[in-house]
Amino acid sequence: MSSVAVFSKASPFDALQRWLPKLVLAPSMFIVLVGFYGYIFWTFVLSFTNSTFLPSYKWAGLDQYVRLFNNDRWWVASKNLAVFGGMFIAISLVIGVLLAIFLDQRIRREGVIRTIYLYPMALSMIVTGTAWKWLLNPGLGLDKMLRDWGWEGFRLDWLVNPDRVVYCLVIAAVWQASGFIMAMFLAGLRGVDQSIVRAAQIDGASLPTIYWKVVLPSLRPVFFSAVMILAHIAIKSFDLVAAMTAGGPGYSSDLPAMFMYSFTFSRGQMGMGSASAILMLGAILAILVPYLYSELRTKRND
Amino acid sequence: MTSLVGKSSISLSRIAIYAVLILVCVLYLVPLVVMLLTSFKTPEDIGTGNLLSWPAVVTAIGWVKAWDTVDGYFWNSIKITVPAVLLSTGIGALNGYVLSMWRFRGSQAFFGLLLFGCFLPFQTVLLPMSFTLGKMGLASTTTGLVFVHVVYGLAFTTLFFRNYYVSVPDALVKAARLDGAGFFTIFAKIILPMSTPIVMVCLIWQFTQIWNDFLFGVVFSSGDSQPITVALNNLVNTSTGVKEYNVDMAAAMIAGLPTLLVYVVAGKYFVRGLTAGAVKG
Repeated sequence: MSSVAVFSKASPFDALQRWLPKLVLAPSMFIVLVGFYGYIFWTFVLSFTNSTFLPSYKWAGLDQYVRLFNNDRWWVASKNLAVFGGMFIAISLVIGVLLAIFLDQRIRREGVIRTIYLYPMALSMIVTGTAWKWLLNPGLGLDKMLRDWGWEGFRLDWLVNPDRVVYCLVIAAVWQASGFIMAMFLAGLRGVDQSIVRAAQIDGASLPTIYWKVVLPSLRPVFFSAVMILAHIAIKSFDLVAAMTAGGPGYSSDLPAMFMYSFTFSRGQMGMGSASAILMLGAILAILVPYLYSELRTKRND
Repeated sequence: MTSLVGKSSISLSRIAIYAVLILVCVLYLVPLVVMLLTSFKTPEDIGTGNLLSWPAVVTAIGWVKAWDTVDGYFWNSIKITVPAVLLSTGIGALNGYVLSMWRFRGSQAFFGLLLFGCFLPFQTVLLPMSFTLGKMGLASTTTGLVFVHVVYGLAFTTLFFRNYYVSVPDALVKAARLDGAGFFTIFAKIILPMSTPIVMVCLIWQFTQIWNDFLFGVVFSSGDSQPITVALNNLVNTSTGVKEYNVDMAAAMIAGLPTLLVYVVAGKYFVRGLTAGAVKG
């Protein structure tokens, strides 16, 4: 009753009130439509043109995509992304899950330990890359340290070895992100229903069995989110490569994000750079869409 | 999940667990310790010692040289980060308020469109944005970078506030509306006072994101307008002259200290932002 009464009085103040929410949201709506979707479309268009140093809008069909697929460096970058992404995701998950389980055993000083595991996440990838570039320096880094400590035959030249350099990226990225995965799983573990665990304990299941068979399966959603986030970090990885290897030696440690940057902004290959950006978007969508789909489905089932 | 291990358990397995946890702590700390040790050494010392050897002479020369090289860029980062963080948080708060309490036809669809921004690979918007900044006369300025960070920070800041306000009971706002309170009055008198935790989360998230950004910095700035991350990368990856690793490490510490400090002081909110932003994103 009363709300009807309020809304039937259409004073200018009320009209303004009714429009205010829309007015407040309007700039952001404009930004999202233009700055997100409009710009993606613009890049999409550029990927079908023969733009080089300056944008041109001469239609070139699929030429840039064909050139991209015939470009050896693009294949190296894509293969590196598969290796880097696969290892980075797998290792971060294993370390994160194990640390979370260990930390969940009523550990004294848990807060301090958690803080230490997670601090790399506060750093820029540029700082992380700089630090690891120094640690992995052949001749002065860990290479020399372990020899100084008595391991005479130790050699660590991965940073300058085209076949191994991508593992250097994996090491640094795992160091930065695994603590965060630990935090995600620890939060998940704290939410597991205690009664299921008790029941398994009464049945005489051993601790590792309980974790493997009961606790971890119940953390499936956390697992999916973690994979999603890690894959996203991997595909967008640019700063880490820039700081650690700049794509080198040669272009052996190139990643798609690095490829896009150097072709678009330093080599004057705007069309091909745009094509590579669109393929990166495709990769993100390829993992995002199934993820969102399963998310929505579980929500509807709840 | 706290009581999986029996109560009287000073057993072998518990010792093993502590050993692993502490060993991993040491491993995670090594890069930080190495950076600090190296930054206080002399270049000769770096050649003769090793990563974890104590400096023969503790000297701050690396820090002095590093600061002389990057101080201007450090201030650039502050000039970029502070306004961008405040603006994107403020706009995010208002957006979240509308999207949770003043919904209108299409506002949900807009929220869906916005959410995708959390996953957007920025490579797909770099070129159009650089054309736009050029047209606006903001190319290679810190103001331009503020603008870019506000635009692409909106997805996360709106998400934070919207998810926080969704759990605020509607009755609160309805009652205020019946009392004749308007849109901004309700926001200022009722909503903002209860927003402290999420404001903290959002400020810290945005601060870390923007301070640590490299991609936008390297694409949209040049020379005097570059942020610290770009300056650090230039310093470390120049191939001219003798490499001074102590200077490199001191510069890396300078670039990393602000976010590390925030993490140590307000770690609780940092973690909450990570999980809220990441898991729900």
